[in-house]
Amino acid sequence: MISQLVILWTDALVFLLLLFATLFGIYASRKAHLRGPWRQVVRNKVGVGTLVVLSFYLVVALLDSVHFHPMLDRAELKGADATQSVEVISLFDRLVEGLRERQEKTYSAPLATRLYAKENIELPDGRVIRDFPRLTYGGAHLTDPDSERLPDILRLSAIGIIKGLVVSLAVANVLIMLLAMRSGRSFGAQGRAVLRGATEIPWKTVFYTLALMLMLIFWSAELAAKYHLLGTDKVGEDVFYQALKSIRTGLLIGTLTTLVMLPAAILLGIMAGYFRGWVDDIIQYTYTTLNSIPGVLLIAAAILMLQIYMSNHADEFNSLVERADLRLLFLVIILGVTSWTGLCRLLRGETLKLREMDYVQAATAFGVSNLKIIGRHILPNVLHIVLIAVILDFSGLVLAEAVLSYVNIGVDPTMNSWGNMINSARLEMAREPIVWWSLAAAMIFMFSLVLAANLFSDVVRDAFDPRLRGSR
Amino acid sequence: MTAYIIRRILYAIPILLGVNILTFVLFFVVNSPDDMARMNLGMKRVTPAAIENWKHERGYDLPLLFNESASGTGRITETIFFQKSLKLFRFDFGSSDSGRDIGYDISQRMWPSLAIAVPVLLVGLLVNITFALLIAFFRATYIDFWGVVLCVILMSISGLFYIIGGQYLVSKLLHLVPISGYDTGLGSVKFLILPVIIGVIGGIGAGTRWYRTLFLEEINKDYVRTARAKGLSEAVVLFRHVLKNAMIPILTGVVVVLPLLFMGSLITESFFGIPGLGSYTIDAINSQDFAIVRSMVFLGSVLYILGLLLTDISYTLVDPRVRLS
Repeated sequence: MISQLVILWTDALVFLLLLFATLFGIYASRKAHLRGPWRQVVRNKVGVGTLVVLSFYLVVALLDSVHFHPMLDRAELKGADATQSVEVISLFDRLVEGLRERQEKTYSAPLATRLYAKENIELPDGRVIRDFPRLTYGGAHLTDPDSERLPDILRLSAIGIIKGLVVSLAVANVLIMLLAMRSGRSFGAQGRAVLRGATEIPWKTVFYTLALMLMLIFWSAELAAKYHLLGTDKVGEDVFYQALKSIRTGLLIGTLTTLVMLPAAILLGIMAGYFRGWVDDIIQYTYTTLNSIPGVLLIAAAILMLQIYMSNHADEFNSLVERADLRLLFLVIILGVTSWTGLCRLLRGETLKLREMDYVQAATAFGVSNLKIIGRHILPNVLHIVLIAVILDFSGLVLAEAVLSYVNIGVDPTMNSWGNMINSARLEMAREPIVWWSLAAAMIFMFSLVLAANLFSDVVRDAFDPRLRGSR
Repeated sequence: MTAYIIRRILYAIPILLGVNILTFVLFFVVNSPDDMARMNLGMKRVTPAAIENWKHERGYDLPLLFNESASGTGRITETIFFQKSLKLFRFDFGSSDSGRDIGYDISQRMWPSLAIAVPVLLVGLLVNITFALLIAFFRATYIDFWGVVLCVILMSISGLFYIIGGQYLVSKLLHLVPISGYDTGLGSVKFLILPVIIGVIGGIGAGTRWYRTLFLEEINKDYVRTARAKGLSEAVVLFRHVLKNAMIPILTGVVVVLPLLFMGSLITESFFGIPGLGSYTIDAINSQDFAIVRSMVFLGSVLYILGLLLTDISYTLVDPRVRLS
């Protein structure tokens, strides 16, 4: 099925980030001072619960980051040479193919069977009446939608929730079995320990969150297959699909921005603190200058310039997807430029403190080179600051994307993002009856991601910040 | 003190120059004035004469850095860099790409911005500190726990939602105040109430949490223990001692944002149709008026640096231990 992979810039960076994260995980698991705090994170109920939620978001984003040209159906080919479509879709699109392809004419409310606006309908006997027409796909399996809709929805919901329960029970059983094998206890004893909350890692919370997420997923899958779970937008696209696709954009902006800014922030911050003197002056001058420009204006200026460049060099971009992707990349870079200064200043301060430590002084006295001192003694000791900053920044960046898109300086208007969804839904608030579902969908998805990230970052900060340790 | 302030102002000059050079590179070097003209006049079928005309009207037809055709100081002054960038230091913003006087526009639009930003700051401060003190008073109880959880939830909601939701609930369903618009004088009050309330609510989550940590940090200090030891009630300890000492970080945190209040709030102003500097900036971005964006970048940097300076000065005023050198 997958024919030709298309690697977009941001895709490459996402997987690079994943690689870095894995490497860091391996590194951290070998160092006691990094392993300790992480252990504290996974022993915290809020910590593991949010981790489960975040990992679902992450899986969707990763699946959505594998792009390819789909093969055309053999039946559709009539002697044509090309076996590939020019359109670029992702693995995730394949998974939810139905959602992507079932387009209605225009707005329809969540789980509706009829369009939002009245139209002229021709009856079989030739008369023309004005009524809400049936949807092409939403609830198309019903013969009499007005009486059958509610029982059908309830039936599908029940099926979905039961499926979710069964799957989560199965997963829980497998996990308990693995745990039992590792600890050498019997299956029953391990299960009771988990339910009592007597395990080191709060597995009970993990299972509850997992069950909740799985039930939600199966419930929505069951309903989304027959209806438009969150309605359709102006051109009839499924809002649920849009909201799911926006996960990638949100996560990318939240994570890649940090990846882009990290090298500069770490390098310059440590250099400024370690070498002091004129190096420090120059670096301080640079970040004060950048910091003094209001972030939104710098982003606006840069994006405006990019727009001019893109419209003057329109032929350099092969497809809309590539163009949107490049704009996303650029946005991430420029967001990175405006946000690295805070971390840089923190690292400078910490390095100033560290370089006076006895072990650094001793290393200097032994004639160890500056590069080695930084790599061996300074960098490992500021890594926790970097980590906290990265995780703390995430939720702010996700929220910032929505605001930037509202001002038209965010991601490309053709790209699915929560900001674009809100932006286009804003104009529909004046309609009667009100079209609220796009807005609500974007808000719910964004809220749950940001809330999970906020709670998670609190746990991580408490675990890593030595000042707070023991105070709670 | 005076010497310190003068030195700080002198230190600001290279920073502003840096900002200037950065915006100059962004606006004139990355894309030439020709590109901008084509963008503004529409992409298709623009005659070179029309581009020249557009550039000439706005003074973009000069060389970037060095004018060979001029004589004397004109070689430096008759350039885009001098005319468009360096003149900002005199707060001479010139005219926008659509021909309006930017300096005059800014002086007019400043007041509506302040009319929203100042009440939001003051009311927000009052509300946040009250909540934070309350939470700190009941620390390590369920009130504390759920208070913090509520803060995190409030923080996780996008600011856009507060605005859209507030407008829908208050203006459209309840018809209490107009949805958007602005009026001069006292008539503006009915337009300002909703944005101010929404601004305050939007800031409660982050603000209360921040002040709570400040208070908790103070509560663990020795002087608090002494105050308790001599038999003061918890309320007196909190309001007399902790609040007073926590005022130092609170005050400096407020002072640093004071100058930036002039810039207004981009989103609030454009949603509520208030003719302040925030909506001015958004309109400029949407109509791609680069002269205005450039001026606002410069103004923002000046105000930011002013904020830093004021913070340092206010430190010495509230905390006698800090000496400026």
